Amino acid sequence: MSQAANTGIQKRPTPMAPTRKTSLSSRALPRWAPLAFAAVAIALGVGTGAAAGWHSHTQWGLFSALLFVVISYVTTTVVENQRQAKDRLATSIVWVCFLLAVVPLFSLIWTTVSRGAKILDGYFLTHSMAGVPGIEAGGGVYHALIGTLEQVGLATLISAPIGLLTAVYLVEYGKGALAKAVTFFVDVMTGIPSIVAGLFILSIMLMAQLQPSGLMGSLALSILMMPVVVRSTEEMLKLVPNELREASLALGIPKWRTILKVVIPTAIGGITTGVMLAIARIAGETAPIMLLVFGSQLINTNPFQGAQSSLPFYIWEQYKIGSEPSYDRAWAAALVLIAFVMILNLVARGIARWKAPKTGR
Amino acid sequence: MAKRIDVSGLSAYYGSHLAIEDISMTVEPRSVTAFIGPSGCGKSTFLRTLNRMHEVTPGGRVEGKVLLDDENLYGANVDPVTVRRTVGMVFQRPNPFPTMSIFDNVAAGLKLNGSYKKNELSDIVEKSLRGANLWNEVKDRLNKPGSGLSGGQQQRLCIARAIAVEPEVLLMDEPCSALDPISTLAIEDLIGELKERFTIVIVTHNMQQAARVSDRTAFFNLAAVGKPGKLVEIDETERIFSNPSVQATEDYISGRFG
Repeated sequence: MSQAANTGIQKRPTPMAPTRKTSLSSRALPRWAPLAFAAVAIALGVGTGAAAGWHSHTQWGLFSALLFVVISYVTTTVVENQRQAKDRLATSIVWVCFLLAVVPLFSLIWTTVSRGAKILDGYFLTHSMAGVPGIEAGGGVYHALIGTLEQVGLATLISAPIGLLTAVYLVEYGKGALAKAVTFFVDVMTGIPSIVAGLFILSIMLMAQLQPSGLMGSLALSILMMPVVVRSTEEMLKLVPNELREASLALGIPKWRTILKVVIPTAIGGITTGVMLAIARIAGETAPIMLLVFGSQLINTNPFQGAQSSLPFYIWEQYKIGSEPSYDRAWAAALVLIAFVMILNLVARGIARWKAPKTGR
Repeated sequence: MAKRIDVSGLSAYYGSHLAIEDISMTVEPRSVTAFIGPSGCGKSTFLRTLNRMHEVTPGGRVEGKVLLDDENLYGANVDPVTVRRTVGMVFQRPNPFPTMSIFDNVAAGLKLNGSYKKNELSDIVEKSLRGANLWNEVKDRLNKPGSGLSGGQQQRLCIARAIAVEPEVLLMDEPCSALDPISTLAIEDLIGELKERFTIVIVTHNMQQAARVSDRTAFFNLAAVGKPGKLVEIDETERIFSNPSVQATEDYISGRFG
């Protein structure tokens, strides 16, 4: 005061800083909070379920999931703020949906593996059902495995080239009404139920007075497979940058060679994946096989003549017999089918990685 | 080698949209001709009409004549594929084929045309890479993918790929616009060497570049917004940059445009 009086300068009160530490940091939940929420939610869910005597464990799970979302939202609102709570809400819902999607998948795989592994061995894979009464133990899946491999292989041989060429036409050449019509019918074909494809081939078969054979089944399967191949290949070809086509054309390379040597090799990884996924889709079809391949207990390696079996058909057949050993065989065959599809997927991934455009130095 | 281009009354359309109108000019052999002008005035479109790449764009069509040493590129019996073998092109963004090695990228034009002898191939690849000033940088990794090179190297790889098929004319559509100054310098030096053997046409947005590398410069402009692009004038580069005969050219070059 004396100084102020001496210098004649009035001392103004400096405004007090707000009590918050800084304006950028705020109260936050620890990183492990979601885990804690989940633990609490599950404990509460299980507790409530047990206390209320709910029979279905699905109900326990769903209630826990609901609790998890509510708890994380409320707690975050109280401790942090509204915006963080909304963020947490969205994250929790995504996690819950993810789990809801994954649980049935794992449950399915677990059930199939645990039940199917019981009788799945070398004997099962290398013997047919010839001379084995359905209600007794023994026999195997060899004839069905051969049937599936041949029918799916033939269907792929038929539909992969046609599908690939259709996609090339649509992406590289197609303009105007024809391309639009093709696109439309491919879309329609994607939705054809397998039994309809089977009936279509069956009607031809009856008109031409042909006998059931693996080939007939393959024809129906290729009807189902073709639109999937066209769609996926089309998308992959569209991903190839136009600059590459122009670069090639500008070198004086004709269009057909450009497509063959530049466009398709660039997209080949994706195209292979698409074809493999289409194979996986048709490998599990039963309806056309029942109508057109007829089913058999014997090994028939000729897909062009005589009845054959296939894995999905075998599963259905064994299930229908209804004895304990036949159920075992059905589960084991289901496991073989899943393994078949999974191996195809792994092969597809391998090829996609191997063929992918290289970026290494 | 190296042919003269005579363009007369050339218009190019995208569908019903007229992009460039009534262009006539002469491009001298063994020289560098630069096209300058504001964006959207049709420089690139015009360049692409010179090797019939314009018609690759859906709806693209051309009216008028382009004479390559007295032969009309748009004549009735002319195959666009043959035209493109004679008139090569380098694009704005480097676009090596991602599935091919450096060697295969350079050899692509020959291999995919089927017109080569096996024992000559590696000689041609080496000659083209040397021609593009890239040989010393890549000679130890010819089997590595071309997309692993840097941007400037990739662009020189594309130039090597274009000159490997021994065209008469080389069109370059802003070849340096995606490159750093050092790579740009490398490519400008290269253009100086290549003009001994080829007729070169280069589109550029960089006025200094046009002044540095070209012998003749053509200035393109839009008559007005929404109107088709036109050739304003073409002359010796020195004249265009010192004493152009049209006021608009001087305004554009000195940055007093609009």
